[in-house]
Amino acid sequence: MSARANILRSSFAHAILIAYTILALYPVLLIVINSMKSRRAIFNDPLSLPTRETFDLVGFHTVLEQGNFLLYFQNSMVVTVASLFFVLLFGAMAAFALAEYRFRGNLLMALYLALGIMIPIRLGTVAILEIMVAANLVNTLTALVLVYTAQGLPLAVFILSEFMRQVSDDLKNAARIDGLSEYRIFFTIALPLVRPALATVAVFTMIPIWNDLWFPLILAPGESTKTLTLGSQIFLGQYVTNWNAVLAALTLAIFPVIVLYLIFSRQLIRGITKGAVK
Amino acid sequence: MGNLTLDKVCKSFGTVDVIREVDLAVNDGEFCVFVGPSGCGKSTLLRMIAGLEDITSGEVKIDGTVVNTTPPSQREIAMVFQSYALYPHLNVRDNMGLGLKQAGQPRAQIAQTVERAAHMLDLESYLNRRPAELSGGQRQRVAIGRAIVRKPKLFLFDEPLSNLDAALRVQTRIEIANLHRELGATMIYVTHDQVEAMTLADRIVVLRDGRIEQVGAPMELYKNPANEFVAGFIGSPKMNFLDAPALGVAGKSLGIRPEHLALSRDAGMIEGRVSHVEQLGGETLIYLRADPHGLITVRLFGEHAAEVNDRAFVTPDMARAFHFGADGQRLSM
Repeated sequence: MSARANILRSSFAHAILIAYTILALYPVLLIVINSMKSRRAIFNDPLSLPTRETFDLVGFHTVLEQGNFLLYFQNSMVVTVASLFFVLLFGAMAAFALAEYRFRGNLLMALYLALGIMIPIRLGTVAILEIMVAANLVNTLTALVLVYTAQGLPLAVFILSEFMRQVSDDLKNAARIDGLSEYRIFFTIALPLVRPALATVAVFTMIPIWNDLWFPLILAPGESTKTLTLGSQIFLGQYVTNWNAVLAALTLAIFPVIVLYLIFSRQLIRGITKGAVK
Repeated sequence: MGNLTLDKVCKSFGTVDVIREVDLAVNDGEFCVFVGPSGCGKSTLLRMIAGLEDITSGEVKIDGTVVNTTPPSQREIAMVFQSYALYPHLNVRDNMGLGLKQAGQPRAQIAQTVERAAHMLDLESYLNRRPAELSGGQRQRVAIGRAIVRKPKLFLFDEPLSNLDAALRVQTRIEIANLHRELGATMIYVTHDQVEAMTLADRIVVLRDGRIEQVGAPMELYKNPANEFVAGFIGSPKMNFLDAPALGVAGKSLGIRPEHLALSRDAGMIEGRVSHVEQLGGETLIYLRADPHGLITVRLFGEHAAEVNDRAFVTPDMARAFHFGADGQRLSM
């Protein structure tokens, strides 16, 4: 192929990708620019950038003054990070066991663990609430962490067991001969090698947890345990909505996720597996 | 010390029998090679000796002690894998030293042992590199080094040369042979390559379908194969199996090695046509098509001119031919 055709082809591909990026980012951009405008400017000219006259940080003031936003942030962060940690830990462990050990009912167990992908956990809301009431966990962050861990595990086990199967048997056997325990093989050999898969699972798991409104509303609506999504709801009234505040809250809510995403996407670099086998 | 005894060892995966009643004794200091076609169970057998596979029935003994349920790290063995299996996150020094560290040896002693092994394998300048920064041959040497530092009773090699290119394979083969001489340790080596088996082994174990077909020194197997399978597997190019009834000799087939056939343009026992010629410089391989025998390989030393479709005659050296019965077993003549 000539170099010319190559450039044409790659610029065509880039044009499509750039178009898609603009399309995907445009609503986010709208939220961010409108969060910095006065209420009147939001309605009169929602697509324009804030000018000197329309620039107004009243939304941010409202959000930060309105009671407990910092606490809501913290709650969301705690719930998301703790759930992520448990999903990755238990998911990877289950995946390792399913991929590594031959035991009776291995396939059945794998199917059972993957079943949750097809059944939405919200169908069990009533039962979950009853359990939480019985366990005295209503209005605690623990309740949310437990539910989100359960919600994230099926997909994590499903994806990770595929990757765990690709970890070289020879490598694990070499470690066994060197006297490493199964736990150390898991933590020091298998986990680092499936890091890209862990990062993928982390991103997939994190977003729905961060954005969820349903379970915080049902299991932890108390003031001290409100998450960010639930906390933002006070600005959405039945008749009047404080758009400045809603947009400001959403803008603020974007940043922690971006930070987490950046952390995980760095892990997607595959380099480390090179040279292990072959 | 490093004796290994296998006593009626069996392995089944579900209903599939992979290893069937294998009996074998490997003496201290012996270089024993398991050879056979892929799927014959040789790697499984090695992994059973290492303790990486459970034994369905029978006994594995190392130095007279039954080790059926002993975990691999306590069997005093070391294994070198086909894929090297180096820890990607550790440098060469830590790769070699991990087993000793795990066994709780003092740091200074580990360092000393690793240095000595690195010196032996010419790896001293690579000790701080990671596996990713090494070539295939160097990685395999690190894997061998990791085995040496453990000072095991048994060295187990699982097709260690398969991932190396041809030139490096010959070189590493010689290194392994030297290593065996230097250490005097018992080694068990699995390969599907009969050349490796012939050149390295004190004793070869030929396996097929989970059973031992024959055990013996390389030349013993070459000169005195027990059956058609061993005869065909040992020796390169492969032995010819001629149609015995057509030649009027006993048995179902007559086995004759390519180097034990005389070629003539004018007269001989079997007439055929040249179908292909391979000139290798030191030797010439001529493939003849002759019915009902099929393709016959003739190995001639030096350079010989032959054209495809030439008429030619071959005569087997009957004193060096083997007679096999319908069941593939050797007939005593």
